[in-house]
Amino acid sequence: MMAAAARFLIRGANPKLSISGGGTLLKLSPSCSSRTKTQRRHAAHFTYHPDPVPTQYGPTTKMNLFQSVTSALDNTLASDPTAVIFGEDVAFGGVFRCTVGLRDKYGKDRVFNTPLCEQGIVGFGIGVAVAGATAIAEIQFADYIYPAFDQIVNEAAKYRYRSGNLFDCGNLTIRAPWGCVGHGSLYHSQSPEAFFAHCPGIKVVIPRGPVQAKGLLLSCIADQNPCIFFEPKILYRAAVEQVPVESYTIPLSQAEVLQEGSDITMVAWGTQIHVMREVANMAQEKLGVSCEVIDLQTILPWDVETICKSVVKTGRLLISHEAPITGGFAAEISSTVQEECFLNLEAPISRVCGYDTPFPHIFEPFYIPDKWKCFEAIKKMINY
Amino acid sequence: MQNMLTIISNALCRITGRHAGAQTVSELLIDLSEYVNITSPTAPVMVTTERQPPEPPPVSARAPEAQLVSAQTDAVARPGARVVVSRSYADFTPAMTFDIKKCDVHRLEEGPPLKAELTREQGLQYYRTMQTIRRMELKADQLYKQKIIRGFCHLYDGQEACAMGIEAAINPTDHLITAYRAHGYTYTRGVAVKEILAELTGRKGGVAKGKGGSMHMYAPHFYGGNGIVGAQVPLGAGIALACQYQGNNQLCVTLYGDGAANQGQLFESFNMAALWKLPCIFICENNKYGMGTSVERAAASTDYYKRGDYIPGLRVDGMDILCVREATKFAADHCRSGKGPIVMELQTYRYHGHSMSDPGVSYRTREEIQEVRSKSDPISLLKERMLSNNMASVEELKEIDVAIRKEVEEATQYATSDPEPPLDDLCNHIFANSPPLEVRGTNPWVKLKSTS
Ligand SMILES: Cc1ncc(C[n+]2csc(CCOP(=O)(O)OP(=O)(O)O)c2C)c(N)n1
Ligand SMILES: [Mg+2]
Repeated sequence: MMAAAARFLIRGANPKLSISGGGTLLKLSPSCSSRTKTQRRHAAHFTYHPDPVPTQYGPTTKMNLFQSVTSALDNTLASDPTAVIFGEDVAFGGVFRCTVGLRDKYGKDRVFNTPLCEQGIVGFGIGVAVAGATAIAEIQFADYIYPAFDQIVNEAAKYRYRSGNLFDCGNLTIRAPWGCVGHGSLYHSQSPEAFFAHCPGIKVVIPRGPVQAKGLLLSCIADQNPCIFFEPKILYRAAVEQVPVESYTIPLSQAEVLQEGSDITMVAWGTQIHVMREVANMAQEKLGVSCEVIDLQTILPWDVETICKSVVKTGRLLISHEAPITGGFAAEISSTVQEECFLNLEAPISRVCGYDTPFPHIFEPFYIPDKWKCFEAIKKMINY
Repeated sequence: MQNMLTIISNALCRITGRHAGAQTVSELLIDLSEYVNITSPTAPVMVTTERQPPEPPPVSARAPEAQLVSAQTDAVARPGARVVVSRSYADFTPAMTFDIKKCDVHRLEEGPPLKAELTREQGLQYYRTMQTIRRMELKADQLYKQKIIRGFCHLYDGQEACAMGIEAAINPTDHLITAYRAHGYTYTRGVAVKEILAELTGRKGGVAKGKGGSMHMYAPHFYGGNGIVGAQVPLGAGIALACQYQGNNQLCVTLYGDGAANQGQLFESFNMAALWKLPCIFICENNKYGMGTSVERAAASTDYYKRGDYIPGLRVDGMDILCVREATKFAADHCRSGKGPIVMELQTYRYHGHSMSDPGVSYRTREEIQEVRSKSDPISLLKERMLSNNMASVEELKEIDVAIRKEVEEATQYATSDPEPPLDDLCNHIFANSPPLEVRGTNPWVKLKSTS
């Protein structure tokens, strides 16, 4: 019906423009003749590192991140007759194409559009879930989740607790595109995970690429707690991997050590993982510093053990996220680690995060915690 | 700032032996990032940037309605004087009364009149304003395609009669608030084309200093420019309370889309406004789609004018400037007489897709768009009325078109050559504060200052 709904708003996530070179994330002055040179020199604030091809889950096919999300939803609708998917424009495939073809395959009773009403969407989802069905709600952008904040924080998160375990909405999963996208400005760029991390009773999960996205999303759907699944929208098209076709799960609340190292532990999630990987290479090459890169994956409840074990080994911790630094989730990690690993620390824990400002319109390249900022933090920690 | 840029840029050039040629902050950052760590405290950009230059003058006080457009466009200020036509003024019909479409009413004994008078002066002014908005939007479309405007951009072409009709029926001191499709209202509320385009291109001379972009534009008595669908509606009710409280006989026009009409906040606002009899005109611009969803697919009742339930309502032909004007006058009288809020549905149409990445033809047919364009285009409708009743000449309107084109071209020139806002602006205007506030940066050793 709405084949091009996909392209609504999403130009910024077009890999041609923002990731693979040739384009630029930056807004450039049109009057500047030297611009083309500049443009060519600088593509994105990260280079995507695909995961190795997984072998343990059967045959794989090439998918980008939005296709791996579709694949997870497809598996769910096929295996769980109670599963329903709803949200703004999802019947047409959604703004980011994540639900393409599902309405045609499973019917309009199971994949349907809602009116424009986030609070209603989540509240409705809680009802669907508490009555026993598997509810998968899409919020069009993480920035638009706030009208539903009350439903998530006061209703979804507390249902089990306040009913003495008689009722729960564990069958509810909320998906939302998340993070910076190149020029999304104030309301298409936010990373609100820390707001929800303050809320016992919901799980918050963020994947770094297609393989993780599918496994983690299927875990969220299967998990008996309401989950929020944030999808890095800049990766929807840019991240391409061999993804298993069949259903598989990746455990929640388990961080993954992506690269072992001995001098510094680097923790991030989502897009920022790819920045970290590049910084780890730079640190090795330019400083001879060996970095251990860890993808936290689940923000709440988070894997304290894996992080602390690593910090005990390396003695240094760098945490990085796009959201503003004050009250960001890095603060929680930092505080916990200094409690647990105080005597192992060789340098103060470092956080490289967004500025304490709204997500800016034209200053995005300056706002984001890019590799240069992270690299500088490493130098400081090593020389401390 | 530009000097700083040049100095640093030249220094970089000397160090690296490469021509950097940065003209804007972001380009400079790119250049720099290749050689030095720009966030280090020793890097000059961060630490020694001059404080922001004096603020640009506030948006010029709004011109009285009658001079609205002429005040902004010198070139067309005296069309009569510039136009060489064989006829003299006296040959034109100075005013005409037209039959207009009857409004559907809800909880009202009587609706707006079925006839509307249009003077030649008014007609020319409406034409000029609507045509300026149209040209401006087409230019924005072009600039977007050239990647000069980036990000999210929602165009208003097709809906011009709404903005102009409302403005013609309220006072400049009345208040207005809308969502993100705000370019038209920004113009009718008195902001010059060049400030709008410069906001779109993210330049210092933009109406929000380049910090807002397409969705966020403001002017005196115009509260924006709001990105979250539906969120502006309760604000409108609050503004109306201020009018009531101050007893100044002002009112607030609160606009939202057919998609937004399904947000819960609307109904909360309706209740408050009716409960306290606030002078608020709630206006639903029903352009038949919220993104790719047609109204029938999203709303249990598409009678948006009735959705205030206990609040009286009007359904209005939003493509006819005279209908919009008369209905808004009626609604304003209703509010000012202390009867409380009223809901108005303007039936209109957006020619462009929802935003620039939506071609706008997958959920509606090209024929549908063509049909509206050919049968109910608001500008053509007005033009036809004026020409067929000898209220204006073809040559005269053409002259206006030429002048508008020129104005928009000049505005484009400005919007593409004006500098970007200084880097300091990243942190300014977060809180009201003096002395300047320290803003924590991307890491603990970088702090910027914020002023407001
Ligand atoms: C709370 C919220 N949810 C979703 C969006 C994304 N969004 C932006 S505009 C829009 C459609 C609104 O349609 P309508 O109210 O009819 O206004 P129109 O675009 O037709 O002017 C949507 C879903 C948003 N900006 N805010
Ligand atoms: Mg609409």
